[in-house]
Amino acid sequence: MKVLVAVKRVVDYAVKVRVTPTGVDLNNVKMSMNPFCEIAVEESIRLKEKKIATEVVAVSIGPKQSQETLRTALAMGADRGIHIETDLRLDQELQPLAVAKLLAKIVEAEKPDIIVLGKQSIDSDAAQTGGFLAGLLNYPQATFASKLEIADKKALITRETDAGVETLQAPLPLVLTADLRLNQPRYATLPNIMKAKKKPIDTKTVADLGVDVTPRIQTVSVAEPATRKAGITVPDVATLVDKLKNEAGVI
Amino acid sequence: MFQTTLRTFARVSNASRFASTLVVAEHAGQKLTGGTLSAITAASKIGGDVTVLVAGSNTADVAKEAAAVQGVKSVLHADAAQFDHAIAEELTSLVVTIQQASSFSHIVAPSSNISKNFLPRVGAALDVAPFTDVLAVVDENTFQRPMYAGNAIATVTSSDTVKLLTVRPTGFEKANATGGSASVTAAPAAPAAGLTSFVSEETSSSDRPDLTSARVVVSGGRGMKSGENFGLLNTLADKLKGAVGASRAAVDAGFVPNELQVGQTGKVVAPELYIAVGISGAIQHLAGMKDSKTIVAINKDAEAPIFQVADYGLVDDLFKVVPELTEKI
Repeated sequence: MKVLVAVKRVVDYAVKVRVTPTGVDLNNVKMSMNPFCEIAVEESIRLKEKKIATEVVAVSIGPKQSQETLRTALAMGADRGIHIETDLRLDQELQPLAVAKLLAKIVEAEKPDIIVLGKQSIDSDAAQTGGFLAGLLNYPQATFASKLEIADKKALITRETDAGVETLQAPLPLVLTADLRLNQPRYATLPNIMKAKKKPIDTKTVADLGVDVTPRIQTVSVAEPATRKAGITVPDVATLVDKLKNEAGVI
Repeated sequence: MFQTTLRTFARVSNASRFASTLVVAEHAGQKLTGGTLSAITAASKIGGDVTVLVAGSNTADVAKEAAAVQGVKSVLHADAAQFDHAIAEELTSLVVTIQQASSFSHIVAPSSNISKNFLPRVGAALDVAPFTDVLAVVDENTFQRPMYAGNAIATVTSSDTVKLLTVRPTGFEKANATGGSASVTAAPAAPAAGLTSFVSEETSSSDRPDLTSARVVVSGGRGMKSGENFGLLNTLADKLKGAVGASRAAVDAGFVPNELQVGQTGKVVAPELYIAVGISGAIQHLAGMKDSKTIVAINKDAEAPIFQVADYGLVDDLFKVVPELTEKI
């Protein structure tokens, strides 16, 4: 069984972003693999360790630097990488529908049994690519997954809902998006980082795949959210209760 | 800025007679969710006729309830078991069938696990990119939505012939549940997708108000130290008739179940009063609560980032403060 895992290069989750009228300033900002993609890679590798999967292929779309993100996936344990090169901004211009169409081309060529993605990227916060991809391929989808079991060409997926969890059953091939609690991603060790440098990465361009990646949603402007006015520190509970009652009027 | 908004709204009222919106209702079996009522308000802001789709078996009462909501012109009722449990493939089949028959200009659903699951799939079928988590309707083609965990607000537009939107319930008032007199008709039959099947579910039942629509939310973080200690917050929440939430740290440590998580990857709340207890205030948590009207932080670390967004901060031991607060309220 083959696993395809999609990984995205995003602004590191701990960075406090600086907003400009055209977008978020991406110059000299630390970039990392999207945290949900790390969970997706981890799950893919675990499938291989459980001998369910025989090969894990990582794919990333973006500028040259996306190869670093792919190397991270390879160092975690993926077998080889596919890099689809584009200069479009990944948080605004290269959008989920285009990404899903590009990934669908890779799925056609690679024929994986399961495609694993993160549930959302922490830059554009769209949470769409997995659903798009499953729809384009007419595969079953299991989004926000917190547990995956595969037996007899069928998957049993536990997914997080607004009220708790539910379990679904779906045949393979399947598109899965990873929620936070699917697993705890491993760190790449130094020897594995060295080994990852020798693993193959196949580079393609958007033109090679013949997909129209024109942005479907146009950004008119980007602004900072309204800032809250500074609060006060109260010395004790009595003062807090008094303020909540008489100043804020919320209790 | 404000004047621009007013001008834009004036423009909407002229253009809106061409708009027609389908709102995909959510209901926990018997009752429309608060988020659905907010989505109906968002649909009314877009302008044009509002149709509400109610899907699932034994939902005649929910359809009737939707028909009574102010601003709803008609209700489509898909009373079939294949739509129970909101399986993405089945809901997609239904919405696409309806769209092919009726050509709505907008399809709106409340931001939730359900809509984020099925709406992109509808997008794939119609070749349209949805707008996720819309906070405000600028005009019928232009919306505001958050990026980067709410640290940037983007104004976005598209020229797609049908606009798909998930709307953040905290951004819109709930539509009045009475005053409407819409007609209820059966939705066109949709082919069963039959790809995924429902096996089981586990939901935690609670008498407290729903986290996303509660007037007061009391949340605990890593500082609570254990699941038992959440009893302190339950008592406080009960006294305030509020809901209990949690940070990711508290969920990961197993103190409380996942569905209580507030933040970028959990629920987004905007209650009148949010009390953060033993929560440091990471970017990802703030994304889920910083639009609350009044924020109170109780933390013994005076440097915790939560104090930067708190209206009232109390630097002290939560195990001393929370019982005292419960007693004095």
